[in-house]
Amino acid sequence: MISNVAIIDYGSGNLHSAEKAFARAAREGGTGTTVTLTSDPEVVRKADRIVLPGVGAFADCKSGLLAIDGMEEVLIETVIGAGRPFLGICVGMQLMAERGLEYGETPGFGWIGGDVMRIEPADPMLKVPHMGWNTLDVVNPHPLLEGIPTGPDGLHAYFVHSYHLHTTNAAQCVATTDYGGAVTAMVGRDNMAGTQFHPEKSQTLGLKLIANFMKWAP
Amino acid sequence: MLKTRVIPCLDVKDGRVVKGIQFVDLIDAGDPVEAAIAYDAAGADELCFLDITASHEDRGILLDVVTRTAEACFMPLTVGGGVRTVDDIRTLLTAGADKVSINTAAVNDRQFVARAAEKFGEQCIVVAIDAKQVSDEGEQPRWEIFTHGGRKPTGIDALEYAHEVVSLGAGELLLTSMDRDGTKSGFDNALTRAISDAVAVPVIASGGVGNLDHLIDGVREGHASAVLAASIFHFGTYTIGQAKRHMAAAGLAMRLDGVGGAS
Repeated sequence: MISNVAIIDYGSGNLHSAEKAFARAAREGGTGTTVTLTSDPEVVRKADRIVLPGVGAFADCKSGLLAIDGMEEVLIETVIGAGRPFLGICVGMQLMAERGLEYGETPGFGWIGGDVMRIEPADPMLKVPHMGWNTLDVVNPHPLLEGIPTGPDGLHAYFVHSYHLHTTNAAQCVATTDYGGAVTAMVGRDNMAGTQFHPEKSQTLGLKLIANFMKWAP
Repeated sequence: MLKTRVIPCLDVKDGRVVKGIQFVDLIDAGDPVEAAIAYDAAGADELCFLDITASHEDRGILLDVVTRTAEACFMPLTVGGGVRTVDDIRTLLTAGADKVSINTAAVNDRQFVARAAEKFGEQCIVVAIDAKQVSDEGEQPRWEIFTHGGRKPTGIDALEYAHEVVSLGAGELLLTSMDRDGTKSGFDNALTRAISDAVAVPVIASGGVGNLDHLIDGVREGHASAVLAASIFHFGTYTIGQAKRHMAAAGLAMRLDGVGGAS
């Protein structure tokens, strides 16, 4: 059965590499999956899997999404209502939170308990943004991390962010990364997952995670 | 733990790499996309394109290069050179750049940094600072911002400028010593350290790398979060893998995924 992955395009950059990374995983997985970059809520409504990328500031991404008539409603209908597999990336993951606190207070979808707050490393010598390659520490094992070496000697993921989702429900935190304390790297709940890092920029680790998402059956 | 990044930088003019990549057998050594793919495979942590195309009208060629690179390389890409407006940034990010570096436009109008950061998030706004030492020997070291490839002094103190652009939303600084650029005598570590210790954001050291110990010095003495080099990699003097293993052997935290050697 051919399934379709919709990557939502709402004017937030970096979508070519996301599209290509998913297309490559689809090709290599041999599942006949098609990948569509779209800003059309109707295409999202019919998709079997949904990816919400996001680069930029929380408030700007949220308003970009709201600017597409019907998109938020379709997301709620397909992700919450129909339980389709959903992956949020970077700010797309942050939007799953209850609130974002970057440039003012902005409501998120409220799918994952917690707020998106500025990273405050315990070591003042550590720079913000947390920018570069870091390893993952698994808090709650997740199908999307299957087959990926984690821990201090594991593979690296690429992060670029100044804010992170401070989860209030420990069961929804999938993985953290160490940056002067634990910083949320991945969240999950039911059929939804979100990565603070960029799988489409994370070479081996990222392509494996995307491949896992393509066959994920929550 | 966050790893120190090694970033090869490619100068691109009219869609062509100015100094072609010579460390691997490429069909077309002047194609930036092929070069990017080679660096991706070699374990580079990020890639930087600096567009030195003279005419603003010809920048469409660069966008095509960025798009094709983003399609082939699943690694972070910073693009700079001639970025003047919020629209320039949007176009580059949409084409597939992850970060955009701003140089002269920020010197001319600091508020440009604020507008860009508010629009796209500070994490993708890099301010490139070209600095030269202006103090005499024996004096308290002082550096100034230079534009036009280091030819035009601005009278702006580099340290004050760094503070200001970071407070306005620069997410990273790409700091090039115009005294050292092209000399192969190592980074200006005093400059790198002065700026890096003064700001909260990551600083990429650039300008002057001639050997692998220089990369270590940039981190140890310069407190840089990342090191950028061009010719030592392009000409095949050292591979990315050699650089990263050398830095790891000196005790720096490096990402050795896919690079081989002891981790």
